[in-house]
Amino acid sequence: MNSKTHLAAKSTANQAMLDNSTITQDNKVLLSAQGISCHKQDRVLFEDISLTVSSGQLIHLLGPNGAGKTSLIRILVGLSSPDSGTVTLSNSTSEPYPLIYLGHKLGLNKHLSSVENLQFWANMHGVVTTTDELYLLLARFNLVGLEDVPSGELSAGQQRRVSLARTQLLPANIWVLDEPYTSLDIQGVTFIQELIDDFVESGGAVLMTSHQPLQSRLPVTDITLEYRL
Amino acid sequence: MFTWLHPYAKTERAYALCNTLLPYFFITAVAGLLVGFVWGLLFAPSDYQQGDSFRIIYVHVPSAILSMSTYVAMAVAGFVGLVWQWKTAYMSMIAIAPVGAVLTFISLFTGAAWGKPMWGTWWIWDARLTSQLILFFLYLGVMALYAAFSDKTQAGKSAAIMALVGVINIPIIHFSVEWWNTLHQGATITKFGQPSIATSMLWPLLISIAGFIGLIGTLSLMNLKNQILRRELHRPWVTELLTSSKPVSKKGAK
Amino acid sequence: MNTVSPIMSVMKRDLLLAFRQKAELLQPLLFFVMVITLFPLGIGPGPDTLQKIGPGVIWVAAILSSLLGMDKLFRDDFNDGSLEQLQLSNISLSWGMFVKVLVHWCVSFLPLLFISPLLALFLNLTTPMYWSLVFTLVLGTPLLSLVGAIAVALTVGLQRGGVLLSLLLLPVFIPLLIFATSAVESAALGLNYLPQIAIIGAMLCFAIAITPFAISYAIRVSHH
Repeated sequence: MNSKTHLAAKSTANQAMLDNSTITQDNKVLLSAQGISCHKQDRVLFEDISLTVSSGQLIHLLGPNGAGKTSLIRILVGLSSPDSGTVTLSNSTSEPYPLIYLGHKLGLNKHLSSVENLQFWANMHGVVTTTDELYLLLARFNLVGLEDVPSGELSAGQQRRVSLARTQLLPANIWVLDEPYTSLDIQGVTFIQELIDDFVESGGAVLMTSHQPLQSRLPVTDITLEYRL
Repeated sequence: MFTWLHPYAKTERAYALCNTLLPYFFITAVAGLLVGFVWGLLFAPSDYQQGDSFRIIYVHVPSAILSMSTYVAMAVAGFVGLVWQWKTAYMSMIAIAPVGAVLTFISLFTGAAWGKPMWGTWWIWDARLTSQLILFFLYLGVMALYAAFSDKTQAGKSAAIMALVGVINIPIIHFSVEWWNTLHQGATITKFGQPSIATSMLWPLLISIAGFIGLIGTLSLMNLKNQILRRELHRPWVTELLTSSKPVSKKGAK
Repeated sequence: MNTVSPIMSVMKRDLLLAFRQKAELLQPLLFFVMVITLFPLGIGPGPDTLQKIGPGVIWVAAILSSLLGMDKLFRDDFNDGSLEQLQLSNISLSWGMFVKVLVHWCVSFLPLLFISPLLALFLNLTTPMYWSLVFTLVLGTPLLSLVGAIAVALTVGLQRGGVLLSLLLLPVFIPLLIFATSAVESAALGLNYLPQIAIIGAMLCFAIAITPFAISYAIRVSHH
């Protein structure tokens, strides 16, 4: 069962590499996972999954609810450890920030404003941002006038936008986005997809989950996790 | 260094090891408790001050001494689990915990029962009773924490951390409580050089301590076997084991 | 471009948040004062009695109110995902946790020190008793925060962790209670209470060295 998953991942990955090579990108491997497996509540979520994320690659992680997409992502970014197998992040010397992870939990404190939340997040990564820069950034994300409102008072979609605005704060190699389109409106989805595509074209890599098919202009590598009993 | 231990990280091998070890502990338990209790309760001379009521030491002292060691054993199992990430280590830890808690309770109960004729009251805030009581709370805390998680891997890790916090604290608690109150009699058998207990009383005591060790081992191993079976219910080897009536001990032990 | 220290930004943020939620900070403090008022009412206002039970009462109340306030130490950050981001950031998680606990101590226990003269008045403590109490509080309450944070980090993912937290922590805090109250009692008798203070100090040093790693490991377990 998992060998099928594995194969699917491999074949489409090759496909994507071929397509990318036409845009003259050297496909550096940014993240690789070897034979990782995960059990939850003594149920096997997945076993012996291997995958690589290379620059210029947009990976769409698919699977029904409960298939272990979030668990896989949390293992890949290093939030939890796999029951077996290894995950390696390539430490490129030029980029001090290997990845940006935005999960189900947005990481926004509800008592802090959008600007304060973003400022803190940037500072925590050792990056200095001015308030003016953040105002401009938030304006790009269609949040004009909401910069100083406590995040707890924003709508779910607006909070999602603030969270996604982080991708523009750090020069990272990989974005790992777990359901980034949750509660976004149609314009929001289009806008974020544009950002993702631009980032991938500039040599980044994106690993994301979404239950909708991606409206990307780039070739998408699909990886499907199956629900296992 | 500990590579010989690694096969036992696998539940099936651990289960087989339990089956191999169980008879030895069981025999020690039966023989030790039988000899120790019969000798101690019927044949050992009675104490010149305390009369026959001193005979409770054949239950009280072993349970009191071993309740502390059992906690350490539990914490060591937890430590092994945290360092080498073994599922079976967490299972052993949580298999030992209730045995240790009951042991601590026995020592508290017998201590109180002994205190009634000696001090004229069931409970006295004596240093040893108090530190046993705190030890009992520590056991309950580890068990409550384990029970609070539905994900048993997480539960094992959390309980192991708490057991380690407890094990660092036990000497501090022991010292602080001793210091807080030094009412109790001095140590009775640890002074082997000049024993303050008669040899005729000491031998049955040592034998019943051995019996208690056997009992703790037996109960922990049986509990561990249950833990393994419950957790691995869907594994082929468990289904095979449960459907066939043959004991697995011969097959796995080599 | 001027640089910021990531660790300072954590400190700044937590302080800012604490001052945004002043009311919540005051609650454990009020609880502390109220518990102490209950004792003269329950036991009787005899000055000698109060002086005798005073140190114990203050320390028991401090432990109980610390449990009350500590429950929220990591809860919001865990639930909204801030801790995940902290774990993935450039800051070592142990350092981050240490700073968080430090800030929590500053905002929840320092005020307690400031109102301690009032308590001395309430419980009829003598001046030497009061000073020894201050010393034990200064050294002992960071110990409460650091050790308590381990259990808080372990129970942060649980829906109802509050009572469990007390079950886990109260036995662990007993040595501190014993040494702290005994220091105050020694002071009441005019004896040297430096040994007790030294022991609490030693425990604190040990806790500072060990607990940040335990807390960050516990957070990792909770994130699993």
